[in-house]
Amino acid sequence: MELFNIFIKAAFIENLVLAYFLGMCSYLAVSKTVTTAFGLGLAVIFVLGITMPINWLISELLLSENGIFGMDLTFLRFILFIAVIASMVQLVEMIVEKVSPALYTSLGIFLPLITVNCAILGGSLFMVAREYNFTESIAFGLGGGFGWFLAIIAIAAIREKIRYSNVPPALRGLGMAFILTGLMGIAFMSLMGIDPSALTAGK
Amino acid sequence: MAETTATTTEVTVKEKEPLFGKAEKKLLLDPLGDTNPITIQVLGICSALAVTSLVYPSVVMAIAVVFVCGFSSLFTSLVRNKIPKQVRMIVQLVIIATLVTIVELTLKRFNYPIYKQLSVYIGLIITNCIVMGRLEAYAMANRPWRAFVDGLGNGVGYGVILIIVAVIREIFGKGTLFAGSPIQINIIGASNAEVGYLINTAAESGIGSLFAGYTNNNLMVLPAAAMFIIGILIWIQRTYRPTLVDVS
Repeated sequence: MELFNIFIKAAFIENLVLAYFLGMCSYLAVSKTVTTAFGLGLAVIFVLGITMPINWLISELLLSENGIFGMDLTFLRFILFIAVIASMVQLVEMIVEKVSPALYTSLGIFLPLITVNCAILGGSLFMVAREYNFTESIAFGLGGGFGWFLAIIAIAAIREKIRYSNVPPALRGLGMAFILTGLMGIAFMSLMGIDPSALTAGK
Repeated sequence: MAETTATTTEVTVKEKEPLFGKAEKKLLLDPLGDTNPITIQVLGICSALAVTSLVYPSVVMAIAVVFVCGFSSLFTSLVRNKIPKQVRMIVQLVIIATLVTIVELTLKRFNYPIYKQLSVYIGLIITNCIVMGRLEAYAMANRPWRAFVDGLGNGVGYGVILIIVAVIREIFGKGTLFAGSPIQINIIGASNAEVGYLINTAAESGIGSLFAGYTNNNLMVLPAAAMFIIGILIWIQRTYRPTLVDVS
């Protein structure tokens, strides 16, 4: 149940996009239509769910003082994390291409983009800062990815509709997307009152 | 550092061009307005908006980004002809990650409170799209000195927006400027930045007493306020430059 709490918290209460502004670049660039947003969202869930446990293993087994090398190598963290993310994205791209060419063509362009999606590296850094254990890091990765997925689908749906509204010309497009994200952020803040541990405490 | 300066001057002297001519000036100043990284290119919003609730960390963040952006452009441009095309992303990321590690360790040594406050956002400069974006778009195809100036210009253009947003948010959200730094100024409302946004006590001294009745605006402390302010900045800029309006 502890894992469930972490998942809910990462997805709704501490949403990576709306509470921490992570992954804003691709969030704004790829949210013009729901279909592409859906594809990118799925890819992000996938990559976050994979890289998080791998980066956990790296930081615990290689970089920490109790690791294989027996010394504090945390200054190498950034380089190793980003290398893992870049190679994982490459790997995912290759696997998807082999297993499901249809999914690959629909995701194709967005997969390499994920390397520079701040949400992925940010998730790994948060995981280290919050000292999650191995299973918790998986739950956090999936939850964070799911939250990102929800946010990009929501903004894409709103942007598809708002194209027919009478927005001031100078505010059209990006300006409006910013303000919408702000409003969504406030809406998500109302979820802050939820205490996931209280939901499960009664059982 | 001395080595790199030598290389850049050598290149420019060979070309018989002024070290800082018109082209360089354009590279440096354009990102402040017409090609601003945040309001026009909309790159690099990810890593830094959350730090803009106070001015002091934003200034530190801006300096860090200018440093990383400038020097990563310089180094990438120096090795640009030796990088195979397939692995260029990895090479660029390693260069950026190394520079960010330098920034992180420097901050940790010389300003620990700020290091704690910025926490993961320092590391996130690596995935700041503006750094990668400039490397891909400019540094991979241009000479080191130009690339360096371009990187600096974009870093500054980014930092300026960061600081504008932070000034607005801090004044209205906490009633102070530069809270946490040695030169903290109390502008309006409460004088204590710590209790500032919860209870509005009358200001004790300084300019603050003029507006002692002001209640701090909690909205400005929320992350959402940064989105609104940037949205409004984009609105203002595009009202005066209708050519920048996007059609979709």
